[in-house]
Amino acid sequence: MSAAFIFEQLLNSLQLGVMLFVMAAGLTLVFGVMGLINLAHGSLYMVGAFFCAWVAGVSGSFWIGLLAGLAAAAAAGALVEMLVMRRLYDRDHLDQVLATFSLILIFNEGTRWIFGAQPLYLDIPAALATSVPLPGGGGYPIYRLVIIAFGVVTAFALYLLISRTKLGMQIRAGESDREMIGALGVDISTLYTLVFALGALLAGLAGALVGALQSVEVGMGEPVLILAFVVVVIGGIGSIKGALIGAILVGLVDTLGRAFLHQLFALALPPAEANGYGAALSSMSIYLLMAVVLAWRPKGLFPVNA
Amino acid sequence: MKKNLIGLAVAASMAMPAFAQAENVKIGMITTLSGGGSGLGIDIRDGFALAVKQGGGKLGGQDIEVMIEDDARKPDKAKQIADKFIQRDKVDILTGIVWSNLALAVVPSAVKSGVFYISPNAGPSQLAGKLCDENYFNVAWQNDNLHEAMGEYVSSQGLKNAYILAPNYPAGKDALAGFKRFYKGELAGETFTKLGQKDYAAELAAIREAKPDSIFFFLPGGMGIAFMKQLAQSGIEAPVFGPAFSFDQGILGAVGDAALGVKNTSQWSKDLDNAANKVFVADFQKEYGRLPSLYASQGYDAARLIASALATTGGVKDAAAFRKALKAADFESVRGAFKFGPNHHPIQDIYVREVVKEGDVLTNRIVGVGLKNHSDAYASECVM
Amino acid sequence: MPEMRRETLFNAALALLLLALPLGAWLLGESYYVSLGARVAILALAGVGLNLALGFGGMVSFGHAAFFGLGGYAAGVLSHHAFEGSAVLNWPVMLEGSDSTLVLWAAALFLSGVVAAAIGAISLRTSGVYFIMITLAFAQMIFYMAVSLPTYGGEDGLPLYLRSGFAGLDLSDELVFFLVCYGLLLLAILLSFRLVGSRFGAALECARQNETRLGAVGIAPYPVKLTAFVLSAMITGLAGALFVELNGFVSPAMLSWQVSGEIMIFVILGGVGRLYGPIAGAILFIVLETVIGGYTERWQLFLGVILLMVVLFARGGVIGLVAGKARHD
Repeated sequence: MSAAFIFEQLLNSLQLGVMLFVMAAGLTLVFGVMGLINLAHGSLYMVGAFFCAWVAGVSGSFWIGLLAGLAAAAAAGALVEMLVMRRLYDRDHLDQVLATFSLILIFNEGTRWIFGAQPLYLDIPAALATSVPLPGGGGYPIYRLVIIAFGVVTAFALYLLISRTKLGMQIRAGESDREMIGALGVDISTLYTLVFALGALLAGLAGALVGALQSVEVGMGEPVLILAFVVVVIGGIGSIKGALIGAILVGLVDTLGRAFLHQLFALALPPAEANGYGAALSSMSIYLLMAVVLAWRPKGLFPVNA
Repeated sequence: MKKNLIGLAVAASMAMPAFAQAENVKIGMITTLSGGGSGLGIDIRDGFALAVKQGGGKLGGQDIEVMIEDDARKPDKAKQIADKFIQRDKVDILTGIVWSNLALAVVPSAVKSGVFYISPNAGPSQLAGKLCDENYFNVAWQNDNLHEAMGEYVSSQGLKNAYILAPNYPAGKDALAGFKRFYKGELAGETFTKLGQKDYAAELAAIREAKPDSIFFFLPGGMGIAFMKQLAQSGIEAPVFGPAFSFDQGILGAVGDAALGVKNTSQWSKDLDNAANKVFVADFQKEYGRLPSLYASQGYDAARLIASALATTGGVKDAAAFRKALKAADFESVRGAFKFGPNHHPIQDIYVREVVKEGDVLTNRIVGVGLKNHSDAYASECVM
Repeated sequence: MPEMRRETLFNAALALLLLALPLGAWLLGESYYVSLGARVAILALAGVGLNLALGFGGMVSFGHAAFFGLGGYAAGVLSHHAFEGSAVLNWPVMLEGSDSTLVLWAAALFLSGVVAAAIGAISLRTSGVYFIMITLAFAQMIFYMAVSLPTYGGEDGLPLYLRSGFAGLDLSDELVFFLVCYGLLLLAILLSFRLVGSRFGAALECARQNETRLGAVGIAPYPVKLTAFVLSAMITGLAGALFVELNGFVSPAMLSWQVSGEIMIFVILGGVGRLYGPIAGAILFIVLETVIGGYTERWQLFLGVILLMVVLFARGGVIGLVAGKARHD
C-alpha cells in the first residue's frame, strides 16, 4: 500500500464528499427554511439526470444537456411546491412524509412511462475524459476534478447567496422564525417557491453530473436520498457549512472504509472472510457514523437553531 | 405497449376470474414490470408473448390463458401473486421470475402444490441441487454457468493474474465462486462491493495498484454501467471479462463505447446460426422495434418448451406425461439443440461474445466457446 | 358525543369487515382470500405497533422495519433449525430450533424488545427529524448486516417449510391461521386501548405534546417514551413473526426502509393516533395495490396519485374522514 494509493483514496473521499454535498445542500435548505421533509428530493435528482441524458443525446452536447437538466429539475421543483408542498407547510411531518413518498411513486413510474424501462446513455464530455497524472503513477480522471470544482463553487455560491444577498437574508430569517418574516411583509409564498426550486436545481445538478459518471436509470434517486439525509442530519439541519462538513465526513468514512476495512480484517481472518466482513462493515459504516454523531450531538454538528 | 393476444387474454381473465375453462391450459407469469430492473421482466414477457403470437394465440396447438402480474421485485409480493394464481386462478404452469431471491420465495412451495414452474431466468444453486423438484424446470441456465464459462475462457487465453469483483450478496458470491471453479490462475485481488454501489473510485484505485492482467466482474444493472464507464476513464488497460448480464442489449445502450472490446459469456447471441434464432430475431425486431436480449430469448424458449410439451400431451391433466414431455425438451431452441440434465437444468454450450459496433448500434458477436455441453456444479446434490 | 359514537361504529364495522370477508370467502372455497385476509391483519398489526409509538407517543420512527424483520428472523431462524434438526446456538447456552408457535412468538417479542431497548435508549436522546433519521440509520445497519452475512441466506433469505402449531391448533390451515392473526390484532388493539386510557397513556400523551410540562409534574419523559417505544417494537416484531409464517420465507427485504415507509403509510392512511386506523389503512392500501396491480403495470403511478389525494384532502386519514377529529376525554 503506497502513499500514492492513500493519496488517491483521499482524493476520492473528497470527490464523493463534494458530490454528496451538492445532493444534500438543496435538502438542508428546504429542511431548514421550510421545515419540510422532502422524500422526493431523490426524484428531482433523477429528473435532472434524465433530462440531461435526453437532451445531451439529442443535441450531442453534454453542457446543453446539463442546462436542460437544471431547468427541468427546477421546473419540476417549482411545480411540486405549488401543487403539493404549499398545502403541507402547517401540517406535521407525517403528512409530508406520506405526500412526498407518493411523489416518489409518481415520479418513478412517470419517468419510466416517458423514457422507457432501460437505462439511458449519458457520458462525460470527451474533453474531460482524460486523466491528470498523479504523483506515484496512475492518473486521476479530470471529470472528477471538475466535479470537485463544481461542488466547491456551489458551496461558495451558496455561502454568498445566504450571507450576502437579500434573498439569503430572508432565507436565514425564515429559518429562525417563519411567522415573523411573514409579519414583516416578506412574500412568503414566492420565497418558498424559490427556495424549493433552488433545492431542486441543486438536486438536478447533482443528478446530471453524477449520472454521467454512473448510470441514469429509474429509481436512481432512492439510495441518494438516504445518503443526503444522512449528510444533512450529521451536519445539522439548515446549515450549509454543516452539510459540507457532514458530506466530507461521510465521503471519507465510506471511501476509506471500502478501501481499507477488509485489509484490517485480513490481519486476523482468512482473505475470503475478511472480504465478506469488511464489505459488510463498510456498507454499515456511514450509518454507524450517523448514530455516533447523533448520540454525541443530538442535533448534528452545526445545528442552525442550537 | 402493443396490444397483443396476451393483453386480450389478460382482460378476459380479469373479467372471469373463477371460471375454470374446460380445455384451457392456464399459465401464470410473475415478473418484474415496474421499477428498476423492469427491463429484464419486460424482455422476458415480450419474448414469451412473441412465441404465443407465432402460435396464433396458442401454444403447441392448445388453447392457453396467460395471466401476467408485476412483482415489483418484492419477494412477498411475488409470493402473494403466486398464491393468487395457484389458489384462486388454479394455474397449471407458473413462470417469469427474474430474481433468485424471489424465485426461492415462490418456487419451493409452488412446485410442492403440484404446479409446474418453468424458470426463464433465475437459476439459484439451491433449486439446482438440494431443493430440486420434479416440477421445476430451468430453461435458461444455472446462475453459476456464465461465470464458470468465463473462468475457463480467461484461463484458456493464458491470463494468470485476474482481479475479480462482485457485489456482496448470494448471486455475487456465487459468481466469483463459479469463476474460480474453472479459472486456474492467480488472483490479483478479490473484492466484494456494496449492493447498489455506483461509485467505484476506491475499487479502481485498488485495481490499478494490484496490476492485474485481466479483470472479471459481475455487476448487474446500473452497477455495471457505472463501473464500465468509470473503468474506461481510469486508464486501466487490462482486458475486461464478465457474464452477459452486464452487457446485454439493454445495458450496452447506456454504457456506450466504453464497452467496446469487452468479452462476455452467454448461452445465446443474436448471431447464433440456426433457423429458429433467425426467425426469432427478425420477428422480435419487427414486433417490438428493438433487438432482443438474452432475457427475451429465454422467455421465448420457455414458451416454446411449454408448446412442445403441450403438442405431445394435449394438456396438463396427466401430470406425469406432461413432465415427461417437458424433460424431453423436443423443441427448436434459439440456441440450437437443447437438452435437460437430470436436475432439469440445461446442458448447453456457453459462448464467448465480444462487444462490437454494427453500424451505429452496439451489440455482441460470438468469438469463441467458453464451455461445451456444460451442466452445473450442483446436479450431483439433486435427488429427485 | 356524536363523533365518538361514529368512530366507535366505524371501528366496529372495520373489525367486522376484516372478519367477515375472509370467512365468507372460506365458505365459498376461495382460500386465496383467506390468506389475503391474514396478510391484511398482519400488516395492520405491524401498524398498530407503530401507531403506539408514532400516533400516541409522537415518536416518528422510520426504522420500524428493523423490528418487523427481527421478529421475522427470530421466528424464521428457530423454524429453520427445527426443520433441519440442528441447534441455533451451542454456546454459551444450548438453543434449539422450535416449531411451537408460542416459542416462536416469544422469541420474536424478546428479540425485537431487546433491540428496541438499545436503539430507543440512544435514539430518544434526539427528537424531531433527528429521531426520524437515527431510527432509520439503525434499521439500515441491521438491513445491511442481514444482507451481508451468509449464515441465514443473506439477500436470498431463508425458505421455511414448517408452519408452527400450538395447543392442538395447526397453523398450516389457512382459516385457523387467519383467525389467529385476527385474534392477535384485536388483542393488540385492546392493549393499545388500555394503555392509552391508563396513567401511563396520559403520561405518554403529555410527553408527546410537551415534555417540559411532563417533567414539571414530576414524571420523567424519557422512561415513558422508551417503554412505549419498546412495546411498540414488540407488537411490530410479533407481526413480523406471523408474516414469515404466512409467506414461508424470511428475507432482508423485510428490513428495508421501504417497508418502514409502508408501515407508516398504513398508519397515516388510516388515521394517526386512531385505534383502528392501521386496520383501515392496511385494508385500503392492500386493496388498492391488489386491484390496481391487476389492471396495469403502471400501478405505482396511480397508487401514488391516490395516496397523495388522501394526504392532501383527507386530513386525519380514513377514520378522520369518516368520524371527524379525535375527541379526547
